[in-house]
Amino acid sequence: MAISTMIGAKIHRREDPRLVRGSGRYVDDLSLTNCAYLQVVRSPFAHARITHIDSDAARRAAGVLAVYTAQDFVEVISGAMPVAPAFVAEKKTVPDRRPIAAEETSYQGEPVAVVVAATRYQAADAAQLVSVDYEPLPAVMDLEAAIQEGSPKAHLDLPDNLAWDLTYADDTQRSFSEAEVVVKQRILQQRLVPMAMEPRVIMAEWRQADGNMTLWLSSQNPHFIRLFVGGALGIPESRFRVISPDVGGGFGSKISPYPEDYLVPAAARLLGQPVKWTETRTENIQATTHGRGQVFDVELAGRRDGTMLGMRVTQYLDCGAYVGTFGAFQACACLLPGQGYKFQQIASRTVGVLTNRVPTDPYRGAGRPESTHLCERMVDIFAAEIGVDPVEVRRKNFIQPDEFPYTNNFGLTYDSGNYEGTLNRALELAGYERFRQEQEAARKEGRLLGIGVSTWIEICGFGPSAATAPATGGLALTESSHVRVFPTGSVSVYTGTHSHGQGHETTFAQLVADTLGVPYDSIDIHHGDTAEGPAFGYGTYGSRSLAVGGMSILKAAQKVREKARKIAAHMLEAADEDVIFDQGHFAVKGSPDKRKTFAEVAFAAYGMGLPEDMELGLEAVAYFDPPNFVWPFGAHICAVEVDPATGSVELLKYVAVDDCGTVINPMIVEGQLHGGIAQGIAQALFEEVVYDSEGTLKTGTLLDYSLPTIAEMPKLTLDSTVTPSPTNELGVKGIGEAGTIASSAAVINAICDALSPLGLKHIDMPASPDRLWQQITERQGKGVSSGDGATQPPAPATSGELATGAAGGSTAAEPQHGGTSEAPLPGSEGEGGGLWGTGGEAPPPHEAGPQLGNNQEGNS
Amino acid sequence: MKHRIAVTVNGKEREAEVEPRLLLVHFLRDNLGLTGTHIGCDTSQCGACTIHLDGKAVKSCTLFAVQAQGHELKTIEGLAAPDGELHPIQQAFWDEHGLQCGYCTPGFIMAAAYLLDQNPSPSEDDIKKGLEGNLCRCTGYVNIIKAVQTASRTMSGAAQAQPAASGA
Repeated sequence: MAISTMIGAKIHRREDPRLVRGSGRYVDDLSLTNCAYLQVVRSPFAHARITHIDSDAARRAAGVLAVYTAQDFVEVISGAMPVAPAFVAEKKTVPDRRPIAAEETSYQGEPVAVVVAATRYQAADAAQLVSVDYEPLPAVMDLEAAIQEGSPKAHLDLPDNLAWDLTYADDTQRSFSEAEVVVKQRILQQRLVPMAMEPRVIMAEWRQADGNMTLWLSSQNPHFIRLFVGGALGIPESRFRVISPDVGGGFGSKISPYPEDYLVPAAARLLGQPVKWTETRTENIQATTHGRGQVFDVELAGRRDGTMLGMRVTQYLDCGAYVGTFGAFQACACLLPGQGYKFQQIASRTVGVLTNRVPTDPYRGAGRPESTHLCERMVDIFAAEIGVDPVEVRRKNFIQPDEFPYTNNFGLTYDSGNYEGTLNRALELAGYERFRQEQEAARKEGRLLGIGVSTWIEICGFGPSAATAPATGGLALTESSHVRVFPTGSVSVYTGTHSHGQGHETTFAQLVADTLGVPYDSIDIHHGDTAEGPAFGYGTYGSRSLAVGGMSILKAAQKVREKARKIAAHMLEAADEDVIFDQGHFAVKGSPDKRKTFAEVAFAAYGMGLPEDMELGLEAVAYFDPPNFVWPFGAHICAVEVDPATGSVELLKYVAVDDCGTVINPMIVEGQLHGGIAQGIAQALFEEVVYDSEGTLKTGTLLDYSLPTIAEMPKLTLDSTVTPSPTNELGVKGIGEAGTIASSAAVINAICDALSPLGLKHIDMPASPDRLWQQITERQGKGVSSGDGATQPPAPATSGELATGAAGGSTAAEPQHGGTSEAPLPGSEGEGGGLWGTGGEAPPPHEAGPQLGNNQEGNS
Repeated sequence: MKHRIAVTVNGKEREAEVEPRLLLVHFLRDNLGLTGTHIGCDTSQCGACTIHLDGKAVKSCTLFAVQAQGHELKTIEGLAAPDGELHPIQQAFWDEHGLQCGYCTPGFIMAAAYLLDQNPSPSEDDIKKGLEGNLCRCTGYVNIIKAVQTASRTMSGAAQAQPAASGA
């Protein structure tokens, strides 16, 4: 076996044989004797008072075992659901979230009762018979209105709808006063549904006799669920086992605890028999957390030679009806708006707003796609304003390879990078110069071709305990593992990360094979069961599994190897320091024939005659606390043609050159990029959650919510560079979110480039055919001339003059909540779109805020 | 009022008494324990529940179990050879990294099997048309296309070498 080559090798996934046979075990595939089924009765209103619940008819229905409402759970579920301080410690208004509504519902889909019956169908039937009287209340849907004085509240007893308002930095005096040009834009991040193909599923078994609870659920981090749910149910961790077996995707939506995570085990306990709940897709879209849901007002100041000097960013984040457990993490967008560029100054402020929508929480990238998108849009808008090629602006401002470690404007230290290197390679692969020539020729024929560049950096690998413990309420994000070597030399590894598509069983086995020098096939990787492995695990999200979890495995394996070396020395009657490890053997220096195999040493570790001061056994636990985050990066380029007759976008070319440091399995890395890029393209072109002004979800099924199919995805051209991270011994970074982080900006930049002859400077997402068609016909109809933004009605927010007038002031730092609809927030001029309106361009009237909940219905 | 149905599933005769409204996918999963067929939506969009009914790909969430009366069904569990050897499409999904979380995979493989049965050498556009009734959230579909192309080559190679075995 070519032991030394496992790291970096394209090893086919060992997960796949069971999955391609249909032999995977997802939670709904499991069953228990006498298992009952639970159905949740949900509020059809976004905001309402519950005046009466009549469950008599439901109780009498066939097969029904119980109907429970909030009062039934009072004795068995204590406290409110957790809210991590995350990046916003200074919370203002944080409503307590209980798993089930008692008197007031605050988003459509909130649980108000549960029905437990002998079969799925009986539970669903009986749920229809639960009669709930509601008194509808005003729904808070518009962010701008929500934070004005006198606004209705998302919950009746709140003082206001302001979840937080935090300014990270506010000084941009110098950079903006030195500026020759200031551009300004409002940029929307529509709400998205993470849409893991496996919805959430939970099965709970309570053993009254010994007080043990077992919970099977589809989760990205079973240990956290055990901590939160066990705490609320008063069951110690030693008696609360959480198992997440095969999990059909997460994308961030299976990190935080959900109401059902409490209600299902509580029902099992009340009922005294096992209970299972399987979410439908409709419930998933309605009641599983959404991602994004943000508006950014951004100003960028620079010189006409392309030097970027300063930026001001304000993020308005739609928290939904409650602050998601990790919802405030999305504010990290405000710590990275400068991306890989050198700015003198950046001011940023985040404002969390409560509304009557389902809460937002991390969705693939969580805050980082938003920061890349806003920065890369602003770079292009700035480049267009000064008439310089957007590639040249990027080159002029990049942090250079010899400037690492580089501390950004918010004190975060980038570990390593070669930003221009990935961009140059991407330009070469995309044939950038040639495309520009083709574009010029095509424009003469009236065709709309465009090319967009998006360079990205990412903070990931959460995380250093010093940074993450305060952000999670005291529990640092590190990672644990347990490496066990059995007497005959086979190896089991338990990791606190969780794999739901990422292929950890393969990647981690590659890592262990190289570290211990044992055959890959002799190593098994286990995860997802809190009864196995170390006391605590931290789960998988934030592209952390390899950089933190993999490092933990490496450390544990190294401990094992070191002990084995000492045992080998003893067996070989040599001094410790004279025995070396070489490809699965321990040999005496200078006497290569004096050697022991790893398996021989493993056997001896459980026998007799070990060194006097040594315990028996060959296993080790390690917790790895990284000294810093890791910072992958890359450059994506997209080329499009927009059909002026239909507004449809054809993706002509998509090139991605990414750098995640050392690669363990290139096949898996590419797969992660494919999926991530698809999700970013989908945000750019297709997906959006639409609620109406009453808070009714208009995109509640896969009929209405446009998930891309195989027909919509372009060919992808991928390449990579390798800049190892100095943060960890493996030199690895993260790649799970990279594709999503980079791709939306590449697509939108390409579309804006294509439509620039019509005077369009910015388009919000999704750039759907109807939205683009409106823009094209409106502009063509008005005969807007090429490139002269100043002549367009209304004055674009990208106008240098408009924004320069504000230079020196600190719009990003000053509270602007007192305005009325006649005095909109900075950047929202024109077209009373409110905070969810489209600021920088002239939107068609119906478009003034559909996707994110102005008082108009969306174009679903 | 239950109805007695008799179906052939993966070559085995199965009989059961079912409610007329029982969805075929629930019959397969809950009554027969064939949990490889998954449920990813409730509006027939996602295709995770794709199986073969008399050799044709169908979404088993869109049929009642009683509609399968007298028909021959094949699920993902019935695709590999009796000796356990993977079907070339299963093998190709493995070889080409055509799956990540694996939840949509059985549906894709069954849809691809029908596609290749109908069109042993599909173009990329044919593959896209043939599989656009199935949704995947992990792969961006890139390696699913590759997997079907690889399977097509393997199967046509096998068919040429052994003409009797043709026909997917």
